[in-house]
Amino acid sequence: MKRAIVLALSTIFIVSAGIAFAGYPDRPITYIISFNPGGESDITARLQEPLLEEVLGVAVNVNHKPGGGGAVAWSEFQRTAKPDGYTLIGTNIPHIIGQPLLRKDSGYETDGFNMIMWFHFTPNALIVRADSPFKTLKDFIDYAKAHPKVITVGGSGTYSANHLETLRLEREAGIKLTYIPHTGTGPLAPAILGGHLSALMNYSMLPAQLGDKVRVLAVASEERVEALPNAPTFKEQGYDIVGGAFRGVAAPKGTPKEIIAKLADAFTKANKKIAGKQVPMGFVMTYATGDDAQALVDKMRKSYSDVIDDIIKEREKK
Amino acid sequence: MELFWTVSTQLVDPFVFFLILGGVTAGLFVGAMPGLTAAMALAVLLPFTFKLPPLHGLVALGAVYMGAIYGGSFAAILVNTPGTPSSIATAFEGYPMAKDGRALEAIGLATVSSAIGGLAGVFFLLLLSPPLARLSIQFGSAEYFWVAMLGLTLIASLSPGSTLKGFLGGSIGMILAAVGVAPIGGENRFTFGMPVLQGGVEMIVALIGFFVIPELFNMAAHGRAALAEVTIESKKRGTFLAAIRTVFSMPGNLIRSCIIGEIVAIIPGAGGSIANLVAYNEAKRASKHPERFGKGAVEGLVASESSNNVTVAGSMVPLLTLGIPGAPPDAVILGVMLMHGLRPGLDLFTVSGSLTYGFIISMGLAALFMVPVGLLGGRLIYRVIVKTPHYLLVPSIALVTILGTYALRNSLSDVVIMLLLGTSGFLLKELGVDSAPIVLGLILGSIAEMGFVQTLLRGTSLEHPWTMLFQNRLSQIIIVLMVLSFASPYLSSGIRRLKKPLDVLREEEPPE
Repeated sequence: MKRAIVLALSTIFIVSAGIAFAGYPDRPITYIISFNPGGESDITARLQEPLLEEVLGVAVNVNHKPGGGGAVAWSEFQRTAKPDGYTLIGTNIPHIIGQPLLRKDSGYETDGFNMIMWFHFTPNALIVRADSPFKTLKDFIDYAKAHPKVITVGGSGTYSANHLETLRLEREAGIKLTYIPHTGTGPLAPAILGGHLSALMNYSMLPAQLGDKVRVLAVASEERVEALPNAPTFKEQGYDIVGGAFRGVAAPKGTPKEIIAKLADAFTKANKKIAGKQVPMGFVMTYATGDDAQALVDKMRKSYSDVIDDIIKEREKK
Repeated sequence: MELFWTVSTQLVDPFVFFLILGGVTAGLFVGAMPGLTAAMALAVLLPFTFKLPPLHGLVALGAVYMGAIYGGSFAAILVNTPGTPSSIATAFEGYPMAKDGRALEAIGLATVSSAIGGLAGVFFLLLLSPPLARLSIQFGSAEYFWVAMLGLTLIASLSPGSTLKGFLGGSIGMILAAVGVAPIGGENRFTFGMPVLQGGVEMIVALIGFFVIPELFNMAAHGRAALAEVTIESKKRGTFLAAIRTVFSMPGNLIRSCIIGEIVAIIPGAGGSIANLVAYNEAKRASKHPERFGKGAVEGLVASESSNNVTVAGSMVPLLTLGIPGAPPDAVILGVMLMHGLRPGLDLFTVSGSLTYGFIISMGLAALFMVPVGLLGGRLIYRVIVKTPHYLLVPSIALVTILGTYALRNSLSDVVIMLLLGTSGFLLKELGVDSAPIVLGLILGSIAEMGFVQTLLRGTSLEHPWTMLFQNRLSQIIIVLMVLSFASPYLSSGIRRLKKPLDVLREEEPPE
C-alpha cells in the first residue's frame, strides 16, 4: 500500500514536472546585470535581449543591479532567486572567483550558481602609447628589471582581471611594477593617451577601439585575437600567461536540467548572431555550456590560485 | 560644401524629425522623474536602435539624452527635487521662484537656457573639438584630486548661514561616499557585515533623500501645497518671448556658464552634476546682488540650466575624437557606435563624416525642439501639481520618489537608505546644516579619493610620493583657482568691511 502511494505520488510529481518543463517558458524572464548601463555586460545583454525573445517566445527583461563590482546583485541572487528559470543573472570571471576569496562579507559563493553558458572572453592586453620607448615586451621587462616599481600600469579596479594579470606578469617575469586601479575601463583611455601612466593592463577591446594611438606589447590569449592580428601573445614570447574576463549567464542552484539546456540553446543561438558585431571589437566568442561551463570556472580558479594565494599571504604579513 | 548638402538631406526627413521629437519628449519625462537617469533611458533604448540605421539610432539617443538633462529642471523647479544630478542648482533658485507663484516664469527661463546651452555645446563640438580633446587628456589623477578640492570650495558659497556648518555637511557627504567597496584596495568599508552595503550610497539615492524628504515633511507640517497660484505677472514673464528677452539680458552670465559647462564636460567623469554647481557659484560671485541668491535669483537658474545642457554635446568631444566616455550616457552611445563599426577618431569626421555631422547637428535640432515640447509639457506638469491638494500631492510625490529610488538599482535597500538619509537630512536642516554641501561632498568624495591615492601610487618610485600632486602645470593652475575661489568670499567681505567705515564717515559728514 505504502509503495503504491509513493509510486503514485512520484508519478504525479514527475508528470507535473514534465508538464512544467514542457510549458517553459510561459512568462517573462528577468535577466539581471550586476553592472551599470553602458558597460560591456549591459551592452551584450541588450544585444541578446531581442534574439532571446525570438527563440524563447517570451519577453526577456534586462534589469540592472549594480554595486560592489557585481557582488551586490550576486549575493542577493544567491539568497533569494527561485530556481524556476525565470530569473537569470550575468556572471563574470574572475570576479566571482576573486571576490569571495579576497573580500570579507562578499555575501556569495563561487559555486553557488548553476552556470548556463560562458559566451565570450576578452583577454587582457599589455598596452602602451604609440610613442612609448617600449617597442616590445622584452623592452618592457628589461626596463622593469633594472628599475623596480618605476613602471606604472593602470587597470580597472583592485583584484580585477587586469590586476590579477599584472600580478601574474610580475611573478612570471620576476619584475616589480606599480599597479594603479581605476574605476572601470572608461578612465583608462585618457590616462594612457595623456601620458599619465606608462602602460595599461586592460581588455582587448580598448586597443581595438584606440587603433594606432596605442601599441599592444602582448595579449593574454592562447592564440592571437582576430581584431588585433599584429599583437603577439604572451605565449609566443615565452610567458605562460592566459587570462582576462569571461562573461556568461547563470541560473540559481537547483534549476531543472531541462530548463538549463533550453536556455543554453537560446543563448548559443543569440551568441552566434552577435558574433559578427563583437569579434571586430576585440571579443573572443566562447560556447561553454553544461559541464564545460562549470569546468571553465574550475580551470580559471586553478590558474589564478597562485596569484590569489600571494595576495592573501601578503595581507597576513601586514 | 558637398558634405553640408549630404548632411542636410539626411536630416530633412520626416522620420528623423519624428525621432528627435519623440526622443526629446521621452527624455523629458525620464529626466523629470527623480531616480530615472539618462543612462538608464539610453540603455533601455539600445535594442531598438540596433534595428535602425546607425544615423537614426544615434539621433534618437542624442535626443533622449538632451531631453533628459533638461527634464531634470521640472522636478527641481516644481517640487525642489533635482530630477537628475545635473539640476541641483536649478532647485536652489527655481523652487523659491515657484513658491512665489513664478513657476511658469522659471520653466520658461529653464527652457530657453537649456536650449541655448544645448546649441552652445553643439557649437563647441563642431568648431573646437581638436584643441578641446587635447586639453581633455591633460587631466590625470593629480588634476582630478585638485578639481575635487576646487569643487569643495563651492561649499563656502552654497551654505548661506555658517561656513563651518557647510563644511560639516561636506564632511558628512564625504564619509557617505566612503561606504562600500574601496575603489582602491578593494576592501569593504562601513558595511557592518551587510553585503548590500558593498554597493555604497548611490549619489542619486542621496540626492532624492536629502532634497525630497525634508521638503515633503515641510509640506505636510505646514499643510500647504507646494506652490502658490501663478500670478498674472508671472504668466506674462513665462512666455517664450519674455523668457528669451530675460535670458539675453545677461549675456555675460550666459557665455560664462556655457564655457564652464564645456570645460567641465570634457573632463571625463565630471559631467553635468558638477557643471551646474560651478556655473551657479560663478554666477553668484559675479552678481551685483548675491544676497538674492537662494530666494529666486534668475541669474542662478539661467547659469545652472545653460551649463548642464552644454555638457550633452560637450562631452561628445572626448567621446568622438578619442573614444573616452565622459559620462554614463556617453558610454551607451559609444557602445552603439562600436556595434555599428564606427571607431572614434579622425575617421569619424572624414570617412564617416556625413553620419557624424548628421548626429552632431541632430543634437542641435533636439535642443531647439525642447522649446515647444518643454513649454507645453512644463505647463501640463505644473497644472497637475498646482491643482492637486496637498493631502494628495505629498503622498503621491512620496510614492513616485520611492518607485524612482527602487528603479535606480532595483534595490529595496536603496529605498531604506534614501528614507534614512532623508530623515536625517530634515533633522540636519533644522540644525542649520544644509543638504547641498552634503550632496556635494558625496559627489566629490570619491573623485578626490581616487585622484589622491592614484597619484600617490604613481609616485611610488619617488622619494616623496606626495610631490607628484604638484608636478604638472595644470595641477598648479587648478590649485591657484582653488585658493582664489576659497578666499574670494572672505576677500570681498573684507573689502566691504574696509569700505564701510568710510561710507559711514562720509554720511556723517555734516552738510555744508
